[in-house]
Amino acid sequence: MIKKEMIAMLLAGGQGSRLGVLTSKVAKPAVAFGGKYRIIDFPLSNCINSGVDTVGVLTQYQPLRLNTHIGIGIPWDLDRNIGGVTVLPPYEKSSNSEWYTGTANAIYQNLEYMESFNPEYVLILSGDHIYKMDYEVMLDFHKARGAEVTIAVMPVPIEEASRFGIMIADENKRITEFEEKPEHPRSNLASMGIYIFNWKTLKEALIAKADQPALDFGKHVIPYCHAKGAPLYAYEFTGYWKDVGTLSSYWEANMELIDIVPEFNLYEEYWKIYTKSEIQPPQYIADDSVVERSIIGEGTDVYGKVYNSVIGCGVTIGKGTVVRDSIIMNQTQIGDGCEVYKAIIAENVQIGNNVKLGVGEEEENDTAPHIYNHGIVTIGEKSVIPDGISVGKNSVIFGVTSAADYKDSYLAGGKTLIKAGEE
Amino acid sequence: MRAIGIILAGGNNHRMKELSQKRAVCAMPIAGSYRSIDFTLSNMSNSHIQKVAVLTQYNAKSLNEHLNSSKWWDFGRKQGGLYVFTPVVTADNSNWYRGTADAMYQNLSFLKNSHEPYVVIASGDGVYKLDFNKVLEYHIDKKADITVVCKDMEPGANVERFGTLSMNEENRIEELEEKPLKAKTNTISCGIYVVRRRQLIEMIERCAEEDRYDFVRDILIRYKDVKRIYGYKITDYWRNIASIEDYYGTNMDFLKPEVRNYFFKQYPDIYSKVDDLPPAKYNVGVNVKNSLISSGCIVNGTVENSVIFKKSYIGNNCVIKNSIILNDVYIGDNTYIENCIVESRDTIRANSTFVGENGVKIVVERNERYVM
Repeated sequence: MIKKEMIAMLLAGGQGSRLGVLTSKVAKPAVAFGGKYRIIDFPLSNCINSGVDTVGVLTQYQPLRLNTHIGIGIPWDLDRNIGGVTVLPPYEKSSNSEWYTGTANAIYQNLEYMESFNPEYVLILSGDHIYKMDYEVMLDFHKARGAEVTIAVMPVPIEEASRFGIMIADENKRITEFEEKPEHPRSNLASMGIYIFNWKTLKEALIAKADQPALDFGKHVIPYCHAKGAPLYAYEFTGYWKDVGTLSSYWEANMELIDIVPEFNLYEEYWKIYTKSEIQPPQYIADDSVVERSIIGEGTDVYGKVYNSVIGCGVTIGKGTVVRDSIIMNQTQIGDGCEVYKAIIAENVQIGNNVKLGVGEEEENDTAPHIYNHGIVTIGEKSVIPDGISVGKNSVIFGVTSAADYKDSYLAGGKTLIKAGEE
Repeated sequence: MRAIGIILAGGNNHRMKELSQKRAVCAMPIAGSYRSIDFTLSNMSNSHIQKVAVLTQYNAKSLNEHLNSSKWWDFGRKQGGLYVFTPVVTADNSNWYRGTADAMYQNLSFLKNSHEPYVVIASGDGVYKLDFNKVLEYHIDKKADITVVCKDMEPGANVERFGTLSMNEENRIEELEEKPLKAKTNTISCGIYVVRRRQLIEMIERCAEEDRYDFVRDILIRYKDVKRIYGYKITDYWRNIASIEDYYGTNMDFLKPEVRNYFFKQYPDIYSKVDDLPPAKYNVGVNVKNSLISSGCIVNGTVENSVIFKKSYIGNNCVIKNSIILNDVYIGDNTYIENCIVESRDTIRANSTFVGENGVKIVVERNERYVM
């Protein structure tokens, strides 16, 4: 009989709506990060580096990019005879077919998948954080404490603690109480959304709470286990861990990679981050170009000037173009004589010649100021921007635009130009 | 595809000097991210040849590491696969491969047990793109016994190190000379052949009976008036890397936009082993001009007209000019390198100077590496 000590369930179905147009067509875990990676590469690489070789990836929102990226798991060595990676979308049942309505509900609908590996422990992960973590060490902690549930936590500044689920633990790290986004936090240990469950405990809890609408780990399953008196422990993690849920935090996390010695080091030999590399040639830096404080992916051609930026694979940056403080994802083409300042440009974007992004004073975004802020210009994937256009700060462009879409070749700061449905 | 592939990857080559001490020529790194055998392997894979044997005997460690999985080139299917054949001692043979024909003779079972009617034979040191289906079509069309892929070199080019040939108006090869002292034509053989499998088996067996071992000398040249041997001319980029000058020149060719466009941007792609390296990183004070930089590199100094292979570190205030830095080289601060090829995994101490005068200098520096 197949027996896996620990299997992982990776929740990758969320939209991540605070990433705005970046997630209009792709699930958040499939969004590019750090030049050549996608966000889901980090938990998947952590799994294989921690010796977890069976991973169920739960998908729901816009899964195409995610599915093609994961494939049969070759880049992460997760193409296995037994186990490996399995993509688990919601499916029709003879009665009550439903979408995944909550994090724990998604896991509940895949009890059969987990059962087939006869695991001892189940690791629950989410596909939207940037970090390196050895889940085996966490499992050792879980076993040593005799826990039924272990929740990975990390200390956060107390003034920010009210944004998180907060754990209150005794000196042995046993959790005594927890609060979801408390107004007056009594501890600074924030849940990272990473759990190890004893399989029996998890199964019992999921079946007991099956009828709960929008069944959620933080809101329902953990309180249920706690109320039953199951030993819950907090595993404190102090390494680099970054939520990239908002455009500004996404931008910041990318920019941290270009520091001389970044806090999050991609160059570590023994904890490699794996990804599907479609483009293999080296990058070319031309005669008149300047590149400083930047990371650049494979097959990119730089003819212009690049400062403080994260550039993906297969990108072209034209002659005389200046790119500063920006993130440019795979296969985007930027023409000659452009100025790009503090922009996030998604994949396969075509930008003409003499285009200026991020000009003028900062204006509040007119449609979603809570998403588009910090002066960042955001361009959605496969967008086209014609020659000679100037675009202000905090503005958004998504879709194939032509000169007629701009008044006097100008899109003012804070404006939103979305031409949906046109390819 | 109706053919199987054989890649002749055997040779050492003294004209590669120190660079071939560590590896067979076909494992030489090319264009920042590739090794020379990647081109032939990718061409075969892209031509839907599913079963490929690599025949090798000289210092195959580097090559074996590179070929550790066949999936990078999309082989490794239930039908076919990628095989590496080194000489083995058997009940009736204890010889090394004594030549290219002998190498095939010693692996005759590979040929005999296949069912595909044709064989594509190619050397592993060519840098080119070629659809073997087109060569095969031509071969069938001409009712040829053997088709030799050939190329006209520029007038005045030094062709004496190749096989040179001349053809009649129907492209049948009339004269064929191996490494002539004085070449009569500037059409050279690219070392790529298409031949019917049974024909090949027959010729190789006869060759072995007569104690002859070389495919070019003992089969092509000997049979040229007996068998129908045709030439298939290619006009696109083709270079092989048989000498240091060629190796240096081939790498430098990739600084030209048309060469990069041909190999990197035009379909089909050339594949290589995936190394999972992070993006290249450029720190403050970097000055890079007209250069290729590969993944995993960290650049601090000045780099001009150079090709930097994967995972190299270039220290502060370094100047690298007209040079090739192979994989995983560490270059300490204030180093000056001009007109050199720096061997892979070298560690170069800070404040060093290496300049190639009267030609390219090969730098092999095995210092202790403390950093990283």
